[in-house]
Amino acid sequence: MAHEHKLEIFRGLLKFKSNTQKIWGVLILLSIVTAIEVALGILKPDWSMSQILGMKLLNWIFILLTIVKAYYITWDFMHMRDETKGLRRMVVWTAIFLIIYLIFILLQEGGYVFDVYKDGYIKRDF
Amino acid sequence: MSTVAVEGKTWGGGNQPLKASYGKMMMWFFIVSDALTFSGFLAAYGFSRFKFIDSWPIADEVFTHFPFLHGVDAPMYYVAFMTFVLIMSSVTMVLAVDAGHHLNKAKVTFYMFLTIIGGIIFVGSQAWEWNTFINGDYGAVQTKGGNILQFGKYIEKDGEQVFKRVAVRDFAVNAHGERVRHERKNGLWFVSEGTLPTYSMDEVIHGLQANKDIQVRTQIINEEGEKTVLSREESINQIMKNGKVYVEGANLKVNEYGSPLFADFFFFITGFHGFHVFSGIVINIIIFFNVVLGTYEKRKSYEMVEKVGLYWHFVDLVWVFVFTFFYLV
Repeated sequence: MAHEHKLEIFRGLLKFKSNTQKIWGVLILLSIVTAIEVALGILKPDWSMSQILGMKLLNWIFILLTIVKAYYITWDFMHMRDETKGLRRMVVWTAIFLIIYLIFILLQEGGYVFDVYKDGYIKRDF
Repeated sequence: MSTVAVEGKTWGGGNQPLKASYGKMMMWFFIVSDALTFSGFLAAYGFSRFKFIDSWPIADEVFTHFPFLHGVDAPMYYVAFMTFVLIMSSVTMVLAVDAGHHLNKAKVTFYMFLTIIGGIIFVGSQAWEWNTFINGDYGAVQTKGGNILQFGKYIEKDGEQVFKRVAVRDFAVNAHGERVRHERKNGLWFVSEGTLPTYSMDEVIHGLQANKDIQVRTQIINEEGEKTVLSREESINQIMKNGKVYVEGANLKVNEYGSPLFADFFFFITGFHGFHVFSGIVINIIIFFNVVLGTYEKRKSYEMVEKVGLYWHFVDLVWVFVFTFFYLV
């Protein structure tokens, strides 16, 4: 079993001396991201209320920050960084492809149902 | 291990292109399928939300409580705390895995213990969160069509008119002729009915008429991203004409905060996640005792800790998404 860990994050911008140190470094990163999310959620700054691609800019920021957190949990806590390319792609690409597909279909349908309720002549004919 | 016997036999199962043990790989594939289950739930939540995009409850107004701070408006602080607890227990888990690589039994034991404690704090917090949500705080009136009408009044704050919610219990007038719940032991025998609402519609209407400053708020979200407040006349009109029953708190049928679907999804998704945390704690405890008993010490491999670690991190990963889609977005 391989015990070596890749000890750098941000594509080598930040290097750690040991695995333990990297774990604490990632914890700090995750805490900062969560703190930013909570602060934005409470303040709700005016600039973030503009609509982009059917959603508020703030919501897109939240989703982006969530994916950043998910990336570091998977890559560093679950050691995906140290797995072979094959295993990594099997797990990550499969999940991401299916999830994006599902979300697209369901949200599209949800928006359509909303429009029928709002503007449609027949309200409950699906 | 059996790998010795098949070494070099590429077609006999000796080849390991993924360089991962069977158990670890299967844990990864289980995680993929479980991730798809959770995304199915969250996408269904998204579907319902887009279906009622102009009347969905605003999470900041629903989850405003913090333990021991009564009446303090603290949106999201408690969930942020819960998120931090779970991330922290993820950290202790990965530290346990790391100590396992160095075959350091004492450290693995200590970090596993901390992980279990973190998990218990999280599940306890979730129970508290559920309790608060189920009990509700202001109460509301449900209309014949199933919509929710809430109450509040405008107050002066920093020279601005701010709409502040008022609890029904603070203005409802105690009317005469209160109906008693019919139990199976009296009257028509062995026929019973569900719990009666705390206030009858009469009491709410009388209270509303007596308090001239109280207005009704509907579920519809206006251009400023706030719920629409009706004028005083329209308020009384709506309550008299459409009000059907007083509701307090949330369950699978009614929800004083808005669409019942919101409560259904909240219970289902956080409940399913909470069940994962619970089973994670149980598995962690089993592994903890194995560590203490020296099972992995004898085996000279702490890979089992690594496998449950994967599961535990996955639970954390799911929570990160639940946090975003239920509380932030």
